[in-house]
Amino acid sequence: MKTLKDTAIGETVKVVKLHGEGPVKRRIMDMGITKGVEVYVRKVAPLGDPMELNVRGYELSVRKADAELIEVE
Amino acid sequence: MDIKIALAGNPNSGKTTLFNDLTGSQQYVGNWPGVTVEKKEGKLKGHKDVVIQDLPGIYSLSPYTLEEVVSRTYLVNEKPDAIINIVDGTNIERNLYLTTQLLELNIPTVIALNMIDLVRKNGDKVDAKALSEKLGVEVVELSALKGEGSAEVAEKAIKLAKEKNLGSRSAILDNDVEGVIQNIEAEIKGSVDDNLLRWNAIKLFERDSKAVEAINLPSDKKQKIETLIENCEKALDDDSESIITNQRYNYITGIVKDTVKKARAKGELSVSDKIDKIVTNRILGLPIFAVIMFLIYAIAMGGWTVSIGTAATDFTNDVIFGEWVPGLFDVILGALHVEEGTVLYGLIQDGIVAGVGAVIGFVPQMLVLFLLLSILEDVGYMSRVAFVMDRIFRQFGLSGKSFIPCLVATGCGVPGVMASRTIENERDRRMTVMTTTFMPCGAKLPIIGLIAGAIFGGSPWVAASAYFIGIASIVISGIILKKFKAFAGEPAPFVMELPAYHIPSVGGVLRATWERGWSFIKRAGSVIVISSIVIWFLSAFGSVNGTFGLVDNLFEDESIVTDEYVAKLADRMDISEDDVNPMDASLLASVGNAVSFVFKPLGFGSWKPTVATVTGLVAKEEVVGTFGVLYNYDEDAAGEELGDEGEGIWERVAADYTPIAAFAFMVFNLLCAPCFAAIGAIKREMNNRKWTWAAIGYMTLWAYVLAFIVYNVGGLIVGEVAFGVGSIIGIALVIGIIYLLVRKGYKPDESVKSLTAVNAAA
Repeated sequence: MKTLKDTAIGETVKVVKLHGEGPVKRRIMDMGITKGVEVYVRKVAPLGDPMELNVRGYELSVRKADAELIEVE
Repeated sequence: MDIKIALAGNPNSGKTTLFNDLTGSQQYVGNWPGVTVEKKEGKLKGHKDVVIQDLPGIYSLSPYTLEEVVSRTYLVNEKPDAIINIVDGTNIERNLYLTTQLLELNIPTVIALNMIDLVRKNGDKVDAKALSEKLGVEVVELSALKGEGSAEVAEKAIKLAKEKNLGSRSAILDNDVEGVIQNIEAEIKGSVDDNLLRWNAIKLFERDSKAVEAINLPSDKKQKIETLIENCEKALDDDSESIITNQRYNYITGIVKDTVKKARAKGELSVSDKIDKIVTNRILGLPIFAVIMFLIYAIAMGGWTVSIGTAATDFTNDVIFGEWVPGLFDVILGALHVEEGTVLYGLIQDGIVAGVGAVIGFVPQMLVLFLLLSILEDVGYMSRVAFVMDRIFRQFGLSGKSFIPCLVATGCGVPGVMASRTIENERDRRMTVMTTTFMPCGAKLPIIGLIAGAIFGGSPWVAASAYFIGIASIVISGIILKKFKAFAGEPAPFVMELPAYHIPSVGGVLRATWERGWSFIKRAGSVIVISSIVIWFLSAFGSVNGTFGLVDNLFEDESIVTDEYVAKLADRMDISEDDVNPMDASLLASVGNAVSFVFKPLGFGSWKPTVATVTGLVAKEEVVGTFGVLYNYDEDAAGEELGDEGEGIWERVAADYTPIAAFAFMVFNLLCAPCFAAIGAIKREMNNRKWTWAAIGYMTLWAYVLAFIVYNVGGLIVGEVAFGVGSIIGIALVIGIIYLLVRKGYKPDESVKSLTAVNAAA
């Protein structure tokens, strides 16, 4: 299973499924990361975590621990 | 009747700008009941009967964050007459997600399509008319920053409110789910407000705990609904919450495809992207961060020529409240024949003027600092600070944004505590407020200077150790506290928008600066002034040889101050007769003498350091000032400034304390309850009596424990203190701290875990 955490910088991927449950998952979905959406991995913070994504035309940052819950193609 | 209009929208959508534009200066700022979320309302300019209610910036109406719950509760229970939904035109897709939820509330709604000037500048096209037709609600183009369109938005909202015009809203959900929702609607019809039928049906479908609780259906209906949901979940192979979210976004994607044309090709960088590419760059990110933080520190706190903040505060303290105001009051009191040395004169000059001065003195520096922070926030750098620092700070349970309060607190704890306002997560904010004043602030430096100079021959290691102890206290407290129930849980999820950089608006920045400064003056002012008066009273009054009054005056009367009395006082206070001064007879000295036993285990249990510690509550530099008085250091006679070499006082201090006791004294004073000004700021930020006392109590306890360990265990190690009960307790405390650090903390029940302490809002 490939997750968003494993996605290289500069790569665009399509979200397949969101794992986990509860508030964090809901928050991630509320911010626009839903099934089928394209996510571009912009960069990783200077200290290696969190990562910056471009989704639905804006910039979003998520921790790698949370990005691991997002399964991508 | 008044018309109530709610202003709702995402963070960074320009909501505050629009609110200021609509209401002008007619604003009332408070807090939502029971929580520290700021509540703002105001009267619409030119309309005395229209109230605009600003809701917190939110992305959704989920039950998981305080801001969202506050907004939901307001919209559902207060039923505003209309909603102005502000939508960032440069970021329509995500902004419309909230819109789809607002539309379910069946309240007349107008969409204010903001930043339309930026949309045009980018060469993008948004077809407002088509958007309006598809959503079934009015859409007005707006540039809040330039003030274009805001009057039209307000007029439209008033018109809709008066007509109770809901528009003709389109179906958001697709057929399968729509069918299930309609079935749920049929089940709950009659149990809920008819207008909120759709809202409640969807919330029940999502198994939204707050809605389920509020509706309280009979169990057979609950069972029936649960079966409906489960069947739908099986059919679509997803959980119900995800189903709804997916459908909302699918609906939006469909609309956006037809109404928004982006000029920029996919993957092409905007100006903001290009800036960000450098600013949060893997290699340059940290150096740039360091430079920006240094500049803030230098301008607001430092002691250089660029340090406007320090200069302004010094001016206020030394000139305005050092000469002008006392001088003015001298003239006024003189004209009223209130003589120096009377009670009234003392109360006004030494109590009130000095007390107010202690508060106002912080204000210029705070304003400079808040100005800089507001600019950073407005530009969009603040969220990048969190982005860059998150990795480090979440190790000890704080957020990346906690860095700024800690940095600022090295200048002054008051703005440090207030800078925590930018941390959205309530738990992180409370933790930051509780620990940030551990940093040695500017006013604590004289204490460090005194101990280093008098006891340790001016060794720079003393100051270095003070900063080390401050930082270590924050880190250790963070780790220990987050294992307790009140702070437990995963660190707040860091799913954060990094808003596009933009040029800050002068008006908005100045306004935000002033609001923060004023809220401090207003709320904290009273606490500090009253406390200062109490301390003044205790230090000025006392019983001299059986006569109660102002000690300074009584000591001038030879008939009262007999040699016999002086000998007795010297004996009671355990000092030589030559050293007796008026303050020894004050109430404060008596109190200090009575409670000094508390500090015996810390090695400085005589009344002088006790009194110095208490006066430190007024302002930390007072600790040194009090030492100056108590050790009879006479500025005039010695002809040298206390700040100079101060050898007069140093020798006497050195004679009174062992190095380890002096160090314990310093540790205690650096870490214990901060000055009244900072306590006032803590009270303001906690907005809760219990949490304020918890914070102060924790700091004082931590200071006591640490000073105890320093004196007893440290003393044992360097051979100054003999082995005894104290050493055993000290070692036990060290073990206790280590246990608290490594123990398995409280784990919240996963099913009730939420992003913030939402229950407080219920």
